[in-house]
Amino acid sequence: MPKEITKLIHKYLRHDKKFPHVWCPGCGNGVILGSLIRAIDRLGLTKDEIVLASGIGCSGRMPVYVDFNTLHTTHGRALTFATGIKLAKPSLTVITVMGDGDATAIGGNHFIHAARRNVNLTAIIINNQIYGMTGGQFSPTTPYGSHAATAPYGHIEHAFSIAELAVTAGAAFVGRGTVYHVQILDKLIKAAVLKRGFSVVEIISNCHIQFGRRNEMGNPVTMMEWMRDNSVTVEKAEKMPSEDLEDKFTIGILADEEKPIYTEEYDKIRERAGD
Amino acid sequence: MATVMPKKKRSLLQGNEAIALGALAAGCRFFAGYPITPASEISEVLSAQMPQVGGTFIQMEDEIASMGAIIGASIAGVKSMTATSGPGFSLMQENIGYACITETPCVVVNVMRGGGSTGLPTCPGQGDVMQARWGTHGDNPIIVLAVSTVTDCFDITVRAFNLSEKYRIPVVLLSDEVVSHTRETVIFPSPQDIEIVDRITPSVPPEWYVPYENNSTGIPDMAAFGAGYRYHITGLVHDERGFPTQHPEEIKIFTNRLFRKLAQGLHEIQIVKTFMMNDADVAVIAYGSVTRSAQRAVVDARSKGTKAGLLQLITLFPFPERLVDKVLKQCKRVLVPEMNMGQIYREVQRVNQGKTDVKKYNRIDGQFITPDEILGELLLEE
Repeated sequence: MPKEITKLIHKYLRHDKKFPHVWCPGCGNGVILGSLIRAIDRLGLTKDEIVLASGIGCSGRMPVYVDFNTLHTTHGRALTFATGIKLAKPSLTVITVMGDGDATAIGGNHFIHAARRNVNLTAIIINNQIYGMTGGQFSPTTPYGSHAATAPYGHIEHAFSIAELAVTAGAAFVGRGTVYHVQILDKLIKAAVLKRGFSVVEIISNCHIQFGRRNEMGNPVTMMEWMRDNSVTVEKAEKMPSEDLEDKFTIGILADEEKPIYTEEYDKIRERAGD
Repeated sequence: MATVMPKKKRSLLQGNEAIALGALAAGCRFFAGYPITPASEISEVLSAQMPQVGGTFIQMEDEIASMGAIIGASIAGVKSMTATSGPGFSLMQENIGYACITETPCVVVNVMRGGGSTGLPTCPGQGDVMQARWGTHGDNPIIVLAVSTVTDCFDITVRAFNLSEKYRIPVVLLSDEVVSHTRETVIFPSPQDIEIVDRITPSVPPEWYVPYENNSTGIPDMAAFGAGYRYHITGLVHDERGFPTQHPEEIKIFTNRLFRKLAQGLHEIQIVKTFMMNDADVAVIAYGSVTRSAQRAVVDARSKGTKAGLLQLITLFPFPERLVDKVLKQCKRVLVPEMNMGQIYREVQRVNQGKTDVKKYNRIDGQFITPDEILGELLLEE
């Protein structure tokens, strides 16, 4: 890793926090944290104006390492806390980081309503297709037919497509990236944080320990190769027949719409109420 | 936040309306809720009045989200509240525990209705008393207050915020269907007579700030997010800096402090009212709407020659043991009427330890306990 990038990341880490971190060697979470830090740095935001809130799971441990206003909430609820913070102090830049189970199983209701409500928040959702921290149980994004700690004979449920779910629920900005396509990821996170409105970035990541191992996907490198070989950019996907896109990840910007922002709408309510 | 008082000096109000106005007077500027009978009027009043005072009202997708949102707002430095009834209160328990462990001030109103599960939505009950104390998992202290009149609804809501801010703890305010839907005249105190307590924010430079400092009061200063004090908040058991810990010493210090901070403030946390207790040898211990019938029963018993008195518990938890003990030592008989099967009765018996004769009187049929029923129990052995 070039020295400048390491230096940049160190600028945002908490030096009084006991390292090493809890993530397994080769975990995609580190790539995502690096990408998030670069986005914040490029946007010129100060540490004081950033709130990073998480739920529970491996992703939930991300905030503790970084020198922002950080909040490690309950399982699935990060967006509800983030909503309260943003409405109480709209000047803050509020970013949540969640996992696939966190955001779309236990937190599924909060997720779709946050998308519908359009509070100016950013939701980063790390999709490793499994519950990693608890030992590899299937999640709402575990593919049909794959194996998990609680699907030893093969999974019989069908997976959510998180980004498409966010588009349908009305999110103002939706992107999908992978931990292999880091330069695209940097741009997506930057655009999402910059976006005025509820923005979602789904990030395909590798849990080689809990998902890869059970599904013969190999080590972090081979899982990254799998991401490389199974991702299609939005631009390319538009020109491809839909049957060729089955089991592929469409990466890039899936939605970018201008919608009235909740806090600005509420300011109008205050005027109408005669504040 | 400055107090916002109702424009009129006196008003005919429903209990739920008075709770909403009490919250505004206390400086509450964020409310998140989800519709539920018999608490919905609190949301309705605040949806109209919050924007008038520069505050925020939001209706969330459920009670779990409402509780999360008010904790978030409080962390950003704004006094916050939610209101619900039994089924919603069950959903809130998860994040109430989070507020306990992270020491985030907030007020949770539970307008109790009858029955378990979805129960009796339009009938009164007092079945959530122990849930208010023990509903969230783990071993966390919490403050629980109960209101009995519409005036209480205003005054005690202000007290709930003050205790919550001072002790950095969620305060559960228990109302019930009778109190919340009764209309009574409230004479508001003048603004200068209302005590408003705000949490203490750090005055040290950020590099000296220890967010969960084990100080002499047990109550660390609380910095709002965005105020320049960057720190970590987690529901995991944490050290003084807010970082998760598994060290037994640090866990012990943290948990003990949560209890110590309340133990040092019992003189102002434990609120009771007495009525005709001076020479009483028979007493009623009551809370919530049952207090109303008890008061009348005490007057009627006196007219029949029984020296009756009433101890009204406003603070249910931490249970006011010493104040209850005084009544138990004074009286030859004590009656605890409740709209449950005896939840506070068991607390009274725990303090009593056989000192005096304590009887319970219970209704769980969704009906209010009348003065005559209590009178009948008071005169039973005369």
